[in-house]
Amino acid sequence: MAETHSLQDLRQAAVASKVFVQRDYTSGTICKFQIKFPAELESRIDKQQFEETIQTLNNLYAEAEKLGGRSYLEGCLACLTAYTIFLCMETHYEKVLKKIAKYIQEQNEKIYAPLGLLLTDPIERGLRVVEITIFEDRSIGSR
Amino acid sequence: MTGNMHLGVEEPIRECQYNQICTHNSSTMDTPHTKKKKIKRKWQVFPGRNKFYCNGRIMMAKQTGVFYLTVVLILVTSGLFFAFDCPFLASNLTPAIPAIGGVLFIFVMGMLLRASFSDPGVLPRATPEEAADIERQIDTANGPSGPGYRPPPRTREVLINGQTVKLKYCFTCKIFRPPRASHCSLCDNCVERFDHHCPWVGNCVGRRNYRFFYLFILSLSLLTIFIFAFVITHVILRSNRTGFLSALKDSPASVLEVVVCFFSIWSIVGLSGFHTYLISSNQTTNEDIKGSWSSKRGKGNYNPYSYGNLITNCCAALCGPLPPSLIDRRGFVQPDTPQPVAQTNGTGACPSNQVQSHMAATNPLLHSQPIILGGGAPLQAKTSLGGPCSTLGPSQASLPSSIPGLSCGGELMALRDSEIHCHHHLHHQHFISPEETPSPPTALPCATHLGHHVHPAQLFNPASQDSLHEDSVRGLVKLSSV
Repeated sequence: MAETHSLQDLRQAAVASKVFVQRDYTSGTICKFQIKFPAELESRIDKQQFEETIQTLNNLYAEAEKLGGRSYLEGCLACLTAYTIFLCMETHYEKVLKKIAKYIQEQNEKIYAPLGLLLTDPIERGLRVVEITIFEDRSIGSR
Repeated sequence: MTGNMHLGVEEPIRECQYNQICTHNSSTMDTPHTKKKKIKRKWQVFPGRNKFYCNGRIMMAKQTGVFYLTVVLILVTSGLFFAFDCPFLASNLTPAIPAIGGVLFIFVMGMLLRASFSDPGVLPRATPEEAADIERQIDTANGPSGPGYRPPPRTREVLINGQTVKLKYCFTCKIFRPPRASHCSLCDNCVERFDHHCPWVGNCVGRRNYRFFYLFILSLSLLTIFIFAFVITHVILRSNRTGFLSALKDSPASVLEVVVCFFSIWSIVGLSGFHTYLISSNQTTNEDIKGSWSSKRGKGNYNPYSYGNLITNCCAALCGPLPPSLIDRRGFVQPDTPQPVAQTNGTGACPSNQVQSHMAATNPLLHSQPIILGGGAPLQAKTSLGGPCSTLGPSQASLPSSIPGLSCGGELMALRDSEIHCHHHLHHQHFISPEETPSPPTALPCATHLGHHVHPAQLFNPASQDSLHEDSVRGLVKLSSV
């Protein structure tokens, strides 16, 4: 089993490689990432755990882009106020993006950093990929 | 132990070193002597051919001459209407006429500015690691190339709602374009749900500003019809009293307005009708012109993106959620060390003057102490770059599209373009080819070289990462781990 790292340990770690989880376009243009488990992570993390993370992210993005009463209401209200309303309040999409950022931070702190991995928020990569940085496995004794 | 940042270090030499480095306020590892390294915002280093105003809040295409023509035409025609026709109409008919006209005019200008100034949905280019990863995947998928080297086909097929869609690889942006995205050769960007590049609006029309564009042309049609109708009414009423020729003499502006409106109505109303059809069938101009989903292509050919229902298609296009800009124009550029520079000296002590708040949020490693150190500096840097348009806060990761430039009048630069594209504003014809011109063939072998010869571990040399936290953390560690 890989050694457990704390966040401080990762500061000294070197980046071994990066894995990119690409977008899944089978449902159209909505933001969805492939659940396929990358081979490079096999030794590092449990497949189930990883899939759960990605699935949660997909669900959050689906919530952001959902068409429904709420988004229509927001759209109409915005149109009536000539979109000036967005100077005062955030769009629904932005609120969900903040939720996603928090979720990723939580996941990193609790699950991924101890395993020597780091998830990058997809919004920083233009919603193209989920970038997972794999840090080198270093023994704790070298601190 | 890391994180021990207070100055109570036993060895005075290192303490002096630490102080020295802090006051230099250097931002890069390898040039500690550059005192005045200015922190750049991302729009200043944006690779596409766009123009930015108001410190990154406003984004337009390179050639904006026709846009100014549009603005002038609308302003002049409306101005003449309000000045010459409205007084007569208000007193003889009803004051509701200038009121409604005023509302329409403001709406038209608002939508125009919104469509012109916002990010159409530009996809940021791939980071070097991403590009390398994709290259690897393409090469493994295509197998080893023989002696008669042919560039591998760079397409991926995806099944969407039962239709096979080909995803093309963009050589400029080094990504596989999402479905419905296209590369605009004028702006040199990949744009999501690319509709067309509109010179009249001075910007691409894509996912994020399509509804503004549509509302603009719709309201402009209404405005031109409104002005046309009431100017005619005005002239008729006057000529009932004083005769036709003297009516024309009394309000000469009416003639100009009628002429402008007459020619505009044909094109703009036609365009509105065309886009109404596109919205109801959930197609882009690009797809319609290519006939991607036309039944002429094949029996089973249909549009996989349509919701099937006309109302849903319209609502989705006009009232759907507005995605935020993906390019984060006003964010700060993190210090990049593209070459593998050896960070032997501990000069990376104060890198935090470029920490972005949202980077810290997503990279919990850096959430604590290093930011506090230089905490004063970045805030000052941000506010000093604020400029006159200080209504919005600095560098938010998901900033909504820019407000219309009404508050930033002073900073709008009047461009004098050598070439002004005066395309005829008829639907289909004013559409400029969105097909990207592939980058010269020399780029291709270089890319494949990268894929073949560089060992993955070398690619991810610690010194060549582009993320702030690893660099700064390493620098801090060098200092504190004595």
